[in-house]
Amino acid sequence: MSRAKPEPVQVIKQRRDAALSALVESVPYIGFLGITFERRGDELTSTMHFHDALIGNPMLPAVHGGATAAFLEVTAVITLQWFHIWPQFESGALEVEAMTAGQMPRLPKTIDFTVDYLRSGLPRDSYARATVNRSGRRYASVHVEAWQDHKDKLFAQATGHFLMPQERAAEG
Amino acid sequence: MADKTQLARQFIEAIPHSAALGMELTEIGEGRAVILMPYDTKLIGDPETGVIHGGAVSALMDTCCGAAVMSHPSAPSSTATIDLRIDYMRGATPGQTIRTTATCHHVTRNVAFVRAVATDDATDTPVATASGAFTVESKP
Repeated sequence: MSRAKPEPVQVIKQRRDAALSALVESVPYIGFLGITFERRGDELTSTMHFHDALIGNPMLPAVHGGATAAFLEVTAVITLQWFHIWPQFESGALEVEAMTAGQMPRLPKTIDFTVDYLRSGLPRDSYARATVNRSGRRYASVHVEAWQDHKDKLFAQATGHFLMPQERAAEG
Repeated sequence: MADKTQLARQFIEAIPHSAALGMELTEIGEGRAVILMPYDTKLIGDPETGVIHGGAVSALMDTCCGAAVMSHPSAPSSTATIDLRIDYMRGATPGQTIRTTATCHHVTRNVAFVRAVATDDATDTPVATASGAFTVESKP
């Protein structure tokens, strides 16, 4: 009748943090843009740390619309993949040690991505969160919102559709 | 015309983010612009295949569409993206330069409408297409 003893909190935290770092660090472009992710349970918030290479309009100055689009797309893909692999590394089906050693599951592929530019991006850090509105075996729909100073004053939002990585063709 | 292309090239290359991505403007005029982005490992989005991240393609599309608006005969003094949709047909082949052509096909007093296509060396099948709306800032 007795339940299994819960895992020590440090073990859980270390596994989840290691899985997230392995996922984020596997993509060179995320490092190039200077994007980091913070985790609370399975909730993720991304930050694009401002630096001069992100500027699109030197006169204002403002963050380049392309950098903003990339930030939103990175947040959408990583968040989608995070929810996709969560049950796998939590159950042990996916070994975090293997992920850290570079054996990463395939990433979802972007089918389309539509960005709304609501305000100009100021020369400061940007934050974003993505919501997976639908995640099927083949297709997923993800919405992502980004803000700077005020969480309720978005400077950009986007919706994208993604093709989920397909399992190797079933045998037989 | 050569001077105009030269000026536009300097303008694009003075945009820090475009320079960081290695963009190179090769043609501009009459609401049409062509920009190249050479392959670079720092732009990889899929480590397993070495394919460039969609976000870098978005940045290229956005820059090229903006350049097309600026070169339209109605001569807006400035522009900003209102909305941009990108469809990804296939991954760009690793090692190959991505070439984007944007056309500003309609301009109203306040809005410019733009389409763009990106290809790699296989020029008959697009890597991605884009369509967007941009603001038109008239001269003060």
